[in-house]
Amino acid sequence: MKKTGNDRILLAHGGGGQLMDDLIRQHILPSLKNDALAELGDSAKLNLASNSLCFTTDSYVVKPLFFNGGDIGKLAVCGTVNDLAVAGSRPVALALSLIIEDGFEIELLDKILANIGETARQIGVDIVTGDTKTVEAGAADRIFINTAGIGVRLTGVDLGFKKIAVGDKIMINGTIGDHGMTIISQREEIKFQSQLKSDCASLAGLIRELLENTSGIKFMRDPTRGGLAATLNEIARSTALSVEIRETDIPVRPEVQAAADMLGFDVLTIANEGKFVAVVSPESADDCLSICRNNKLGKEANIIGEIVETLDVPLVEIETRIGGKRIVQMPYGRELPRIC
Amino acid sequence: MCLAIPARIIELNGDKAVVDAMGNRFKAKTTLLPEAKLGDLVLIHAGFAISLVDEEEAKKTWQLISEINEFMDTQNRVSG
Amino acid sequence: MLDRINKAQDIINAACKTLGRQINIMEVCGTHTVSIFRSGIRSILPVNLKLLSGPGCPVCVTDQGYIDAVLRLADRDDCIIATYGDMIRVPGKDGSLETKQVKANIKIVLSSEDALQLAKDNPGKTVVFVAVGFETTAPATAVVVKEAAAGSVDNFCILSGHKLVIPAMRALLSEKNHNINAFLCPGHVSAIIGYGAFAEIVEDFGRPCVVAGFEPVQIIEGLCEICRQLSAGKAELKSIYSAVVTEKGNIAAQQIVNECFEPADGYWRGLGKIQKSTLKLKDKYGQFDAFRRFDISEEPSEEIKGCRCGEVLCGLIEPTECGLFGRDCTPQEPVGPCMVSSEGVCSAWFKYGRKKRR
Repeated sequence: MKKTGNDRILLAHGGGGQLMDDLIRQHILPSLKNDALAELGDSAKLNLASNSLCFTTDSYVVKPLFFNGGDIGKLAVCGTVNDLAVAGSRPVALALSLIIEDGFEIELLDKILANIGETARQIGVDIVTGDTKTVEAGAADRIFINTAGIGVRLTGVDLGFKKIAVGDKIMINGTIGDHGMTIISQREEIKFQSQLKSDCASLAGLIRELLENTSGIKFMRDPTRGGLAATLNEIARSTALSVEIRETDIPVRPEVQAAADMLGFDVLTIANEGKFVAVVSPESADDCLSICRNNKLGKEANIIGEIVETLDVPLVEIETRIGGKRIVQMPYGRELPRIC
Repeated sequence: MCLAIPARIIELNGDKAVVDAMGNRFKAKTTLLPEAKLGDLVLIHAGFAISLVDEEEAKKTWQLISEINEFMDTQNRVSG
Repeated sequence: MLDRINKAQDIINAACKTLGRQINIMEVCGTHTVSIFRSGIRSILPVNLKLLSGPGCPVCVTDQGYIDAVLRLADRDDCIIATYGDMIRVPGKDGSLETKQVKANIKIVLSSEDALQLAKDNPGKTVVFVAVGFETTAPATAVVVKEAAAGSVDNFCILSGHKLVIPAMRALLSEKNHNINAFLCPGHVSAIIGYGAFAEIVEDFGRPCVVAGFEPVQIIEGLCEICRQLSAGKAELKSIYSAVVTEKGNIAAQQIVNECFEPADGYWRGLGKIQKSTLKLKDKYGQFDAFRRFDISEEPSEEIKGCRCGEVLCGLIEPTECGLFGRDCTPQEPVGPCMVSSEGVCSAWFKYGRKKRR
């Protein structure tokens, strides 16, 4: 296929010269239009309602770039927005860094940028500054994205590990494993056709509703890589308390379970991109649940367990479907398909 | 060694099959199960059908199958 | 399902009470080990009923020498290594396929067919298929060996690490102090070899053998049947996995394995040499045998002295009684299968201390 300068990224697009200027003005700005960005200053000037802020960053290297339920662009916005939301802040501004491989199709870049712009608009957050770099073919696996985000902390909200106490309930807003299994189903060595769909979504709205209408939320985290198992183990580790959950209370879609079974994965360790785990006071659990269930991102919300005393070492234990008990280990960090 | 789950054969061409487990479609071969037919429920291991699965027994054996009628309904989605 | 579980539990409790003594039931299938672990079955069994995890994970009992051979082949520019995901983290002397994967020539496959396809797509390289697994998986390897032969796919070969369950069971039962009272037999191995294959264990050693699947209900009903037999002083062969298992098994699969392979003596990590316990390619298919093609010795690597996995597997000692535990043998640098497997006894003890609940 003939490579013309017009339909693929060239190294020069990252060179700070005419080509890069064209790329920014013709492709990036139109998708992300907002005043702060349009200034194209070296830094964005922000006027924030308070100086009590949250600040986070994340990089996105997902393959495939486009998947059922989203793409790397939507993910890059939602992922960072969710990190700000679970920390108890209102997302205000994002920085967007692109590292693009020489030869990457501009049409795909446009799609990704459009998704970034659309997602940010729906959430009500602006991409106020950014950076574009190009690298030689092969050096970046098509495109890598980094987003950093600033959020203004919600008044009266103070979330953290140290607030967690024995007896607190653990809530999740819906089914687990959807995103990770969708991505896995597209992995080169595993590829299979399915109805799986990523749950990639911004939780900012739902979380804000919860924080503004209840007062018993102690801690929140989004169980991305490593899944629910990693998040619960992090809680146990950081609080030195233990966690007990019930398998029958954890929502899982049957097609996700079947796909995981086929490949030997444990759904507890599979990534989620539209879910949060909340540790809430027992008194507020019912309210939290009903707020979630009235929101389209929380219809299958459930209380899945509680924080308990540590007997020996801090542990995460699950009561299984058959009434047995076993430890939920911290996942290794890489899920491999098994035949054994 | 043993990881295998039941899936329904929804396409069959010689010994090349497509099997369906709750809407997840995988390629599989029926070389080891020459008697397998379109619509059969089979056990898939490492990309091969290794055994026919008795439908009635399957409902008594697998939680997912006993709970979800859809699993059995894939029979209606079988293509020629 | 819950009713059936409760009923089975009642029978198990009653039987174990009657028996009074310690009962040890061994399963010899990695998938049973994982399923038992994941369902937390041990925590609902009576105190005097112990479930032993036998050498049932063909990956975990793969000799270090085999891994080292694979790693050496991975080093070659003219080779592509095709492997099931299970093998990636098993350690050889100088690391695992995972630590080696800095080189892009290690490919994870879900099926032996994928490995053969890799060979067809890469005519300039030799594809070595890391063929591990018990009797359930050997037929899949045999099929592609035959296909390679028929299609003259000369750049394809297999490094056979296939192992056989029954010789391992016999070897364990021939040890003087093994203390195994019964076997929960692997459901999918039985789908291939037929549950009748386990008759020799019942006849020669007088131990109940019950074939079960991997759902928690299957396992618990299998244990229930074993306890029923033990408390009645019986030792019988039975299968409760009728959804999938017949007495004779899958004849087509058995035939294709017999056509390509023959049993040979083999080395099991932690257990040493077991006679006629592995599958070796017959001379007829010798050109697809990576051992022959690359002149790889089948002698095991030097066993690290002091590994007591064999005794741990049989429940004769606790992990802490093995001198290597926690020192030379850790989950990060495991020596024997009990530590290699993340559900292995030693691995669990290391991470969680002395815990009855697992």
